[in-house]
Amino acid sequence: MWRDSVLVAGKDLRIELRSRVVLNQVIPVAALTLVLFAFALGPDRAPMTRAAPGLFWVAVLFATVLAVQRSFGLESTEGARDGLRLSGLDPAGVFLGKAAAIALELVVLEGLLTVGVVVLYGSHVRAPGALAAACVAGTAGLAAAGTLYGALASGLRVRETLLPFLLLPVVAPVLLAGTRVWQVALGIQAGSPQDPWLRLLLVFAAVYLCLGVVIFGPLQEAS
Amino acid sequence: MSTTTPTTPTTPATPAAPAPAAEPPPTPSPRVPVVAPWSARSQRVVRWLGVAAVVSVVATVWLGLWVTPPDAVQHDLVRLVYVHPPIAWVSLYLAFGIAAVSSVLWLWPRTRSPFWDRLAASSVEVGTVFTALTLVTGSIWGRPTWGVWWAWDARLTSTALLLVLLLGYLAVRRVAGAPEARARRCAVVALVAAVDVPIVHFSVDWWHTLHQNATVLNANLSPTIHGAMAWTLLLGFVAFTLVFAWMLAVRYRIEVLVEGALAAEIDLALHERWAEGDDSPPPAVRP
Repeated sequence: MWRDSVLVAGKDLRIELRSRVVLNQVIPVAALTLVLFAFALGPDRAPMTRAAPGLFWVAVLFATVLAVQRSFGLESTEGARDGLRLSGLDPAGVFLGKAAAIALELVVLEGLLTVGVVVLYGSHVRAPGALAAACVAGTAGLAAAGTLYGALASGLRVRETLLPFLLLPVVAPVLLAGTRVWQVALGIQAGSPQDPWLRLLLVFAAVYLCLGVVIFGPLQEAS
Repeated sequence: MSTTTPTTPTTPATPAAPAPAAEPPPTPSPRVPVVAPWSARSQRVVRWLGVAAVVSVVATVWLGLWVTPPDAVQHDLVRLVYVHPPIAWVSLYLAFGIAAVSSVLWLWPRTRSPFWDRLAASSVEVGTVFTALTLVTGSIWGRPTWGVWWAWDARLTSTALLLVLLLGYLAVRRVAGAPEARARRCAVVALVAAVDVPIVHFSVDWWHTLHQNATVLNANLSPTIHGAMAWTLLLGFVAFTLVFAWMLAVRYRIEVLVEGALAAEIDLALHERWAEGDDSPPPAVRP
């Protein structure tokens, strides 16, 4: 399973390195979202700084939808999905590999967005450890849930509209928890960033990774 | 409202003339199977279930509006307690629970049967109606007590998210495809959503809570109301559970009928094509 997941993740990341779709399109769109939020909230720094954690996670959520669509768009061309299914790779490995590739792309995106938040919204990072932990745990959950729904919607004619409709409500807890951890880590709210939100992010990621490992095999047969 | 018109008495003036040649009604071939989702006995059971549901709802309305006293704090508003919690119970626990369990049973290869798929779909559809009603009745109750139609309260928010999850299931349900693939997709969506519900519940609970605590289903299971009100509330739970069960049964029957109708339609089309191929001379040239 692990070997297969490394293979699949390597394939997806190699395609990304050569095509640069996420780098050249998804990340700029996410950055653009930050700028648009700034337009919506006015030129004052204060509301932007206060809303920065939530805006960051909303931008990440939208970027997740795009990254997942891209990841399964790769499989939809020229019977690639059938090739993947016939390759004899463990479905759990395929799931973990695709999720890992999406997660890695998202982590890079989050790093750049964090710089954007600090520069554009004037946020001060108080606890970089909590910030990074929330990003890693939240991204794992986003990638797992996104991969599940991406596989489900791929091959359907309505996938572009169906995916955000299915995915965004399911990952709403990540938005809530990630925002809370960030509010503390950016010094907007007092308190310890660990409890209970960071744990919630970890539980979310663990639950959806396990569910994906179990369910991805039957799911691949449906598409 | 029988729509099958007898053919003989309609044209008494010209008995020899054939039926109006414009478009003869498609006569189903004898090979098309007749769909009968229920046995006569289960049909009777469902009918009695419907009667019991109506009677219990009427009794709840009568007890709730005329017999029980108004509350000391909430006055007549308290009468919503006989409607809102029972509907919420049906939508949040019963409908969603049935949908989740039957989806798992469908995914499990040993228990896989179209029954579970249909049951899950019916339960989600009826549950969506009840979830929407939960939000509406809660909103009506919230306006006078909290002063707003909508508050970003924990349970309101999680119920709204649940409604979106249910609508997502229905959207997946509507996507055309082979029945097996559709059932698989729907079961996965139900499962993913079911796993999400407790996480949403806790996260939103920590986020913000304004709603009053559960009156009946609290931790130590001792209801915090008594007398006639408690009995009426209990009857309300029974009544709306019966309504749900009846709607679920009827919706299941519709699902079977729709599947049968689709199969019959395909069969009919096939027969027509075969009939076209049978006669060797080509059909008359159309004007």
